[in-house]
Amino acid sequence: MLQLLLNGLAVGCIYGLVALGFVLIYKATELVNFAQGDLMMLGAFTCYMFVVWYGAGYWLAFVLAVVTVALFGAALDSAVLRRVLGQPQFAVVMLTIGLGAIFRSFASIVWGSEIYTLPTPFSARATRIAGVTISHEYISIIAGTVILCAALYAFFTFTRVGVAMQAASQNQLAAYYMGIPVKRMFSLIWAISAGVAAIAGILLAPVSLIDINLGFLGLKAFAAAVLGGFGSIPGALAGGVTIGLIELFSGAYLPQGVKDVAAYVVLLVVLAIRPQGMFGTIARKKV
Amino acid sequence: MRFLLKTSYEQDLRLFRDAVQRNWYIALGLALLVLPALVPTYLVDISLVFIYGLCGVSLMVLAGYTGLVSLGHAAFLGIGAYAHVYFVQDLGLPWVISVALAAAVTAGAGVLVGLPALRMTGVYLSIATLAFALIIQEVLTRWERVTHGLKGRPVDKPVIFGVSLAHDAAFYFLCLAALIGGLWLTANLLRAPTGRAWVAIRDSEIAAQSMGVNRARYKTLAFAYSAALMGVAGALFAHKVGFLAPDIFSVLLSIQFLLMVVVGGLGSLHGALFGAAFVALLPVLISEARDRVPAWAGQVVALAGKDAGAAAFLGVDRFVKQPGLEPGLFGLILVLFILFEPLGVYGRWRKVQLYFSTFPLYKRATFRRQKTYMRSERLR
Amino acid sequence: MTLLEAEQLSMNFGGIRALDGVSFEVNSGEVFTIIGPNGAGKTTIFNLISRIYEPTRGRLAFCGRDLLRVPAHDIAALGIARTFQNIELFEHASVLQNLLLGRHAHARGRFVEELLFLPRARAREVAHREAVERVIDFLDLQAHRDSLVVNLPYGVRKVVEMGRALCTEPRLLLLDEPSSGLSVEETEDMAFWIQDIRTVLGITVLMVEHDMSLVSAVSDRVLALDYGRVLTVGTTREVQAHPDVVKAYLGA
Repeated sequence: MLQLLLNGLAVGCIYGLVALGFVLIYKATELVNFAQGDLMMLGAFTCYMFVVWYGAGYWLAFVLAVVTVALFGAALDSAVLRRVLGQPQFAVVMLTIGLGAIFRSFASIVWGSEIYTLPTPFSARATRIAGVTISHEYISIIAGTVILCAALYAFFTFTRVGVAMQAASQNQLAAYYMGIPVKRMFSLIWAISAGVAAIAGILLAPVSLIDINLGFLGLKAFAAAVLGGFGSIPGALAGGVTIGLIELFSGAYLPQGVKDVAAYVVLLVVLAIRPQGMFGTIARKKV
Repeated sequence: MRFLLKTSYEQDLRLFRDAVQRNWYIALGLALLVLPALVPTYLVDISLVFIYGLCGVSLMVLAGYTGLVSLGHAAFLGIGAYAHVYFVQDLGLPWVISVALAAAVTAGAGVLVGLPALRMTGVYLSIATLAFALIIQEVLTRWERVTHGLKGRPVDKPVIFGVSLAHDAAFYFLCLAALIGGLWLTANLLRAPTGRAWVAIRDSEIAAQSMGVNRARYKTLAFAYSAALMGVAGALFAHKVGFLAPDIFSVLLSIQFLLMVVVGGLGSLHGALFGAAFVALLPVLISEARDRVPAWAGQVVALAGKDAGAAAFLGVDRFVKQPGLEPGLFGLILVLFILFEPLGVYGRWRKVQLYFSTFPLYKRATFRRQKTYMRSERLR
Repeated sequence: MTLLEAEQLSMNFGGIRALDGVSFEVNSGEVFTIIGPNGAGKTTIFNLISRIYEPTRGRLAFCGRDLLRVPAHDIAALGIARTFQNIELFEHASVLQNLLLGRHAHARGRFVEELLFLPRARAREVAHREAVERVIDFLDLQAHRDSLVVNLPYGVRKVVEMGRALCTEPRLLLLDEPSSGLSVEETEDMAFWIQDIRTVLGITVLMVEHDMSLVSAVSDRVLALDYGRVLTVGTTREVQAHPDVVKAYLGA
């Protein structure tokens, strides 16, 4: 029972982190990035590459992979996504779906379509506390999430850049008039979001395996983001943890197959009953 | 440039703008009638174009005209396909009745998705349809009594009124007839109040409502109609693939359907057909290219040296035989279209048409979207 | 004869009180104008009448019928049509299609008839088209019949939107700031049209407007609103001279 709770919490943290990436980008640019899961996949693969191909230590590889993917996210924004700001949302959604497909293809060409495991300092180690076996991998996920969230919170609240970013996302034009380089802010948001996705991918890697379809986990993270109300950062995390717990418990107590769709069923029910999510508020068009 | 003299209101209700356009369509129809004799080897691929055409029309109604973007249309195709196969092969119903029932079942599923969708807008709706599609895929996997699960189930050739349509050409005409029928019905709806109500909902829900459009009714109707078309397409699709397995109806297929409407151009039936041809024939092109491009590359590089040529051949060959290449190519095309030709192939076609019909007076600004709003013009 | 009757209308948005016990009557055949500073609650009244909002308290009746029991999409069929402050046209459709949608309240087609486009559906379409053409003639929109709304200048869009409302053959027309964004000349045209709508078509007009020259040119009665409360009702001259109105506009 406690075991299940912990595992659910860990899986939920991963969903939450990916959802966090969705929300960051959505808040800043009103784009919904369907390629978020694939960025996560790229992060996991990049880390794997640094560790296994180039023999870097885990921590070095971790940092290198996150930086690489973050830079890639920023480049993506300035090269592609900036062009579609203000276009119908549908076009943007299609664009990111297309990008996701390209990333998957890219991964399968560079790394092949095999399944890999990422060796980490936490692999196959466990601690027993009060009769519950807790594997270090799960602890690393939860700890990583907590640290990352604290860091992000501090960044957005206490640094000038973070505050400027919030301003840019709340009112583009006003921020622009105040001398905030809005475009650079957007690139930075994309970098952070991609970096968060990469971290999620690397943390997840020891638990799940790495393959090019890792990105489809993004769909469940989607459920988390919606559950938390798309524009809310704590909501994304809460949504992620909720989905993770629901998934593991339904896997344990309900018939086979339910586990795989539990996240989506919850998503549909939430959307039908409370379309604005648990924490969100829905904006009504003014006429 | 041709000018039309309009003399009655009926003229604006015709499906074809004028005699010239009608004759073009008749010519196209004749070409399609003789096509089986000309390219017998590609008939199956062209049948798929027709089936996808039906899917494209279906999604165009929903996404292009009503503005409800579904990311899970493959699920409706799957429901239609499995329902049809179940009705025909397990219950032994006649083919035509079975297709009608499959369409009805899918329409019911459409209403089921449409009802909660009434309260959602934009991306939320897309996400909901995506979730729905994933759930349906799981159901198709688990409901083994009907779907035979992951083992898959073989599909017989269609037999209509005792006549077997096992021959490729017969199936070709069946699909063509279904597509033309679907197009006709859809075009009818689009020139009637229903179609206008859909467009109104797409462009401004609030104004549509104030003008008397019952949003719930027309959104649900759009879902049901779109799903029903998908059901018919699914029945044909089942015969086309000959073997049903749940993973055929994946998110990737849904995305290909969306690709059709984007590549073709949102908001036009022509676009749906252009897009369908594109998506259905691209894999054919790719597989042709797989066989030929390495040799070409090898020959070109061989000019620099024999060994380099052989190496280039092997390298390119290894590259193009990557299994992951195709979805990536689809993705790339999608990205390029949205960035550089948001109006799609049909939009480009219209531009070319206008260029020639107004030559040499074509103005590039004709299709540029106006950005300034506050510009007054005296009305006289 | 009283056409529209509002009684003690109140509307709260969260903690903000947009309307506070507003009562008024619109008589058949008059042009009734609501004026007031920004945020006074003018558009809120319109949104209540077209049932986009649910009032917190109060009563609304049209021809003696309780409007609050009518769903939003049946308002048009009752005979109330409206325009919007910032123009809510169907931008990617032609002017003709926009106007034809105005006939939707009169579309009594069956789905199957439309699906097969049976002669009856065709005849109805032609009848709608005739009705629309009358409005096109009335508003001089012939030149723009087949243009897409996105390609039209703002002034024409305003007229098209009014035309769409007229296509519903309303008994009461709600115009939300008909002159906003128009040039002086276009505003004058608008004044003529509003007068024609009342005298030629016999449609009662309820209007929200800022431009006092337009207000005084066409209104029979004016209601001044401030902070969700009625300041006064009367002729343009009376209202303009009322001390509370002067205070609301110029500050104390």
